[in-house]
Amino acid sequence: MEEKQTSYRIGTVFRGVAKKLWSSFTDLLPIILVIAFFQIVVLKQSLPDLGSVVFGGLLVVLGLTLFIQGLEMGLFPIGENMAHALARKGSLFWLLTFAFALGFSTTVAEPALIAVSAEAASIAAQGDLIASTEVSMDRYALGLRLSVAFSVGVAILVGVLRILRGWPVHYLIIGGYVIVMLMTLIAPKEIVGIAYDAGGVTTSTVTVPLVAALGVGLASIIKGRSPLLDGFGLIAFASLLPMIFVMGYGLVVFG
Amino acid sequence: MMFLMTFLETFFATLRDILPILGLIVCFQLFVLRQPIPHLRRLIVGGVYVVLGLTLFLIGLDKALFPVGKIMAAQLSNPSFICPTGDMAALTSWTSYGWVYLFAAMIGFSTTIAEPSLLAVAIKASEVSGGVISQWGLRITVAVGVAVGIALGTFRIVTGTPLYMYILAGYVIVILQTFVTPKKIIALAYDSGGVTTSTVTVPLVAALGLGLSEAVPGRNPALDGFGLIAFASLFPIITVMGYAQYTDWVARRKAK
Repeated sequence: MEEKQTSYRIGTVFRGVAKKLWSSFTDLLPIILVIAFFQIVVLKQSLPDLGSVVFGGLLVVLGLTLFIQGLEMGLFPIGENMAHALARKGSLFWLLTFAFALGFSTTVAEPALIAVSAEAASIAAQGDLIASTEVSMDRYALGLRLSVAFSVGVAILVGVLRILRGWPVHYLIIGGYVIVMLMTLIAPKEIVGIAYDAGGVTTSTVTVPLVAALGVGLASIIKGRSPLLDGFGLIAFASLLPMIFVMGYGLVVFG
Repeated sequence: MMFLMTFLETFFATLRDILPILGLIVCFQLFVLRQPIPHLRRLIVGGVYVVLGLTLFLIGLDKALFPVGKIMAAQLSNPSFICPTGDMAALTSWTSYGWVYLFAAMIGFSTTIAEPSLLAVAIKASEVSGGVISQWGLRITVAVGVAVGIALGTFRIVTGTPLYMYILAGYVIVILQTFVTPKKIIALAYDSGGVTTSTVTVPLVAALGLGLSEAVPGRNPALDGFGLIAFASLFPIITVMGYAQYTDWVARRKAK
């Protein structure tokens, strides 16, 4: 009897795992179809090194499955726990400090940002905007990185303050867009493209779930806030403010 | 052996990315909140899953998707593919790049569906809205936005029109839409712009932008290769709000 139960339980676990793996596979199916279509129909060639590609594909499916599992077990609860604990503590200072530190610390070491700012430094050196020495390029890249990280910290801080105060999100975002538009007109051309892209690269795969859980957690614990209406929006600030700060940095350095 | 090396390298790189967040949370728990964390073991197991999952995900992308995608982006933007007749005048005409636009749109759509950050936000949104916003509904709407955005972005590289004009026009559309869209979707729509461009989409799209700006005569890869990411973060906002407007309109027509 007991044996039967154990084997039954193993069966359910196995089915559960298989279901999760299958759902990750369906997430990747569109990419597989697109690549197959272009390889076979348009470019008319077979895949180079098919074995390695299939092996890589299996790793992607497995990795995505583990990540999603970890998301629901770890990242979402941590974000929510922190939001609830800080809200219960009732100290605005610590809540805002946490918000700023979360934005700053997750961005300053972001590999995509390091790559983009190094790229930006070499473009600026080519355009004779800064001296083509390693020292000045490194200093420029570091300045860019710090201003982006600082802006993400400020963005999360403002976003959290918005949730607490219940300010409507669209006024802040539209105000931000208007500032971006105005700054685009006066900022040096070499920095505009990078500034626009900087908004997109700041939000990493680990930061997004944490920040989303933080926002939704805060909005659901504070009276009069709706999690859907007020809980979201933090990521939008984190993609908007870097554009303003990077263009500002360009104006200060080149101006 | 080789695989083990790559695995450890990626694993420590992922760990290093997570370290600042971990340090911050531990500091706050120990010094500010000063209270035990509930379900600590479960959280740690979840954290290990996240690091391990991301590591395998990144290695897999590096082995399978990125090499193939980058080769394809290079081939599709190769002058000998674009005008097999050898007629170089065709290179400057935007109509010769049909396959490139289609590839851009499809790769934008499919990589967005696989983007883990978007999945995380979709899970939260569906949870918070009690299932009214379905995970797949949101993901497909966002992916359509990225597809349109990237296709338009490649068109911009081919024609060489200035980036900021497109972005400013997009902002004007977003601002106008904001005033007529159901209030409850606005914050989520803005957020969906920021989550589309991460692990999967950026490397492939960047390869496409760089390859294309090298192939088209008169484009400078250093200046024109950028900007596709900006398109991919702007257009999902428009499609998500557009879809909300559409469902709202359908619901109101039915109510009449």
